[in-house]
Amino acid sequence: MVHTSLDVVDEKISTMGKALVDQRELYLGLLYPTEDYKVYGYVTNSKVKFVMVVDSSNTALRDNEIRSMFRKLHNSYTDVMCNPFYNPGDRIQSRAFDSMVTSMMIQVC
Amino acid sequence: MEGLTLSDAEQKYYSDLFSYCDIESTKKVVVNGRVLELFRAAQLPNDVVLQIMELCGATRLGYFGRSQFYIALKLVAVAQSGFPLRVESINTVKDLPLPRFVASKNEQEARHATSYSSDSENQGSYSGVIPPPPGRGQVKKGSVSHDTVQPRTSADQQEPTSPVVSPQQSPPTSPHTWRKHNRHSSGGNNERSLAGPGPFWSPFGEAQSGSSAGDAVWSGHSPPPPQENWVSFADTPPTSTLLTMHPASVQDQTTVRTVASATTANEIRRQSSSYDDPWKITDEQRQYYVNQFKTIQPDLNGFIPGSAAKEFFTKSKLPILELSHIWELSDFDKDGALTLDEFCAAFHLVVARKNGYDLPEKLPESLMPKLIDLEDSADVGDQPGEVGYSGSPAEAPPSKSPSMPSLNQTWPELNQSSEQWETFSERSSSSQTLTQFDSNIAPADPDTAIVHPVPIRMTPSKIHMQEMELKRTGSDHTNPTSPLLVKSSDLSEENKINSSVKFASGNTVADGYSSSDSFTSDPEQIGSNVTRQRSHSGTSPDNTAPPPPPPRPQPSHSRSSSLDMNRSFTVTTGQQQAGVVAQPPAVPPRPQPSQAPGPTVHRPVDADGLMTHTSTSPQQIPEQPNFADFSQFEVFAASNVNEEQDDEAEKHSEVLPVEKASDPASSLRVAKTDSKIEEKTAASVPANVSKGTTPLAPPPKPVRRRLKSEDELRPDVDEHTQKTGVLAAVLASQPSIPRSIGKDKKAIQASIRRNKETNTVLARLNSELQQQLKDVLEERISLEVQLEQLRPFSHL
Repeated sequence: MVHTSLDVVDEKISTMGKALVDQRELYLGLLYPTEDYKVYGYVTNSKVKFVMVVDSSNTALRDNEIRSMFRKLHNSYTDVMCNPFYNPGDRIQSRAFDSMVTSMMIQVC
Repeated sequence: MEGLTLSDAEQKYYSDLFSYCDIESTKKVVVNGRVLELFRAAQLPNDVVLQIMELCGATRLGYFGRSQFYIALKLVAVAQSGFPLRVESINTVKDLPLPRFVASKNEQEARHATSYSSDSENQGSYSGVIPPPPGRGQVKKGSVSHDTVQPRTSADQQEPTSPVVSPQQSPPTSPHTWRKHNRHSSGGNNERSLAGPGPFWSPFGEAQSGSSAGDAVWSGHSPPPPQENWVSFADTPPTSTLLTMHPASVQDQTTVRTVASATTANEIRRQSSSYDDPWKITDEQRQYYVNQFKTIQPDLNGFIPGSAAKEFFTKSKLPILELSHIWELSDFDKDGALTLDEFCAAFHLVVARKNGYDLPEKLPESLMPKLIDLEDSADVGDQPGEVGYSGSPAEAPPSKSPSMPSLNQTWPELNQSSEQWETFSERSSSSQTLTQFDSNIAPADPDTAIVHPVPIRMTPSKIHMQEMELKRTGSDHTNPTSPLLVKSSDLSEENKINSSVKFASGNTVADGYSSSDSFTSDPEQIGSNVTRQRSHSGTSPDNTAPPPPPPRPQPSHSRSSSLDMNRSFTVTTGQQQAGVVAQPPAVPPRPQPSQAPGPTVHRPVDADGLMTHTSTSPQQIPEQPNFADFSQFEVFAASNVNEEQDDEAEKHSEVLPVEKASDPASSLRVAKTDSKIEEKTAASVPANVSKGTTPLAPPPKPVRRRLKSEDELRPDVDEHTQKTGVLAAVLASQPSIPRSIGKDKKAIQASIRRNKETNTVLARLNSELQQQLKDVLEERISLEVQLEQLRPFSHL
């Protein structure tokens, strides 16, 4: 899983050159033979990357759903960043953020 | 500190003392000086005093909050009784005599003693010193537990007369009297402050339901005469008083704790003003918060940037995680800055947390910025507050919460009437609207960017453009356009043009129009006044973008003007943009609208028609370029549009009356005319280069004459090219505009007026052109349908 995400990151770096602002970088393709899961990537304008790993056992989420999830994720992330007490790079400990993510995940499953 | 349970008498006594020490009437923090003075009056050895202070937590907090103060008083009583000083002794020592303070408070104490029915010890000795309002005392006794508090408060208030403060006052007659005096004196002095401490007392009086009620009573009346107060107290809604009391109690606790700390008084106050019972903010607390806010941000309607707020709240020594959580709760509009309302809420939460209350998960209702939705989460505040309240070990006795919840619910309503909230509401509402509706932001910006109409337009148009683009083609459009808009009005114009162009390309004419319309309308509405030319230019691009099928009846003057501008540009050679459509409205509007949409309208169907039209109305074009000149982006839009749909432009020019072009043209600069002429030659080909030259002719205000006749006569063909050229010219000339602005304000104002007139005319033209466009589109659709029907047969 970790390696997968690393590969995803590398792939994203490659995309940086062509499309700097690609909010809907739907990296759908990393499907391991054994673990059928999909990895979605999302890059923000500030080069912050969101990686979402989804189990394919769950009926494949539609592209729009993934996009909406990323959008919500992005919004929540910006809210967290607005907090002056939050140092970029720290682990996000915002309860609101966590609750949003949890609710999103529950919604999907 | 462990919970403190006080008897009624003790409660009252402590409240009085607290009020006495609370010379600053903060109800949150007791001045250290007074506290120390009081302790010294207790005739206890210094080390004992220090021990007391430490035990009550004041040293930890650095100041004497109410809770700390009360605990300290209790400890004083313990010490005076000879019991070892221990935290447990606070509650375990029963029937502890009231702490004695050597002061002239004896009389007051005596009076208090008599009034305190629960204080059997004191009452006996005080019979001789019945407080002035014996009636009250009696009433107290006879009244329900609630009432007992009232009489006490009233009695206390009466006593304020006695100079409690100075220990040199009446020598204590007896230990009892001393104790009572303290109370009385404190009560006396705190007559006024009683109101504040009153609420605080209630929390302490949790164990005594009556006390809480009494506190409420107290809080309700500070200076009124005791008797009156007594009566009035009864009338005071217990809930309100209780509410006030809670906050007070919280504050007291915090203050007491931090007595010994080196924190500044402000900090103490800050901490002591923890949320009261269910997170309500008392007036004193609020005032304190406001003062703190002022120290950071003098403008009460302004914002505290995140960094400053972070620094400020870091001083409270709360863990970063908690501060982060507090920020999340209080930054209601998520803008990274704190309004006064948000700041007060955050401060309140900090104080509460300092007092040991857990932070709620959601912002309590009473802390919600009143601006936006007071009805939101009506229960949120109370419930979380209560939860946190009960959960916190704090000084506040858990019993407070039960009574508080009910109070809180009533209190928030009372609090919400704060004028500050109302003011904030205005602000917050705007901020909220900002988050919800981007388009609303535009109005704000233009007002500030009055100098350049273009910039003003930019924002609204930008927003619109983005919205439009997003609707139609997705995010691609927004990207190019948005950046442009930000930069300058010219850019906005360009964006508009681009958007309009894109619209055309996407064959979504309607969208393009709508987007452009939205742009023009926004700038028009917003900053049209300020910058004549710019505003016009801003509007013109909008006009160029043909409005969607839903007709936009003159959505904005800018639009119409922009359309005219476009027409004029395309038709005319780079005539200078007349910031104002000088063309007299007398000119038949119909021809103008036809012209205006011409350049911008994307009417592929009527390409041929346009060609003819342009030739017929050569004069119209010249004017339009002028018109477009002052609305630089109009030119740009025109140019861009022209590139895409020269035919349409021509067609438009045909339709649009020359006058329209002339009007804007008149306002345009003379230089533009020259450019337009050049553009004419380049008719079909968007001679951006030439256009660039035309805009270079800075249209000084005086230049903005009405070149109506000339412009209008220009053919529509040139409009597009001219428009683009004009836009370029406008863009180039923009730098010169500031210079002219600085020079000739009057001329600018005049031109503004002219531009406005032109805008109205153009708006009319625009609407008409839009209608025509719709008709044309319908025809086109019908033709296409016919074509398809015929196609199969062609193979046969």
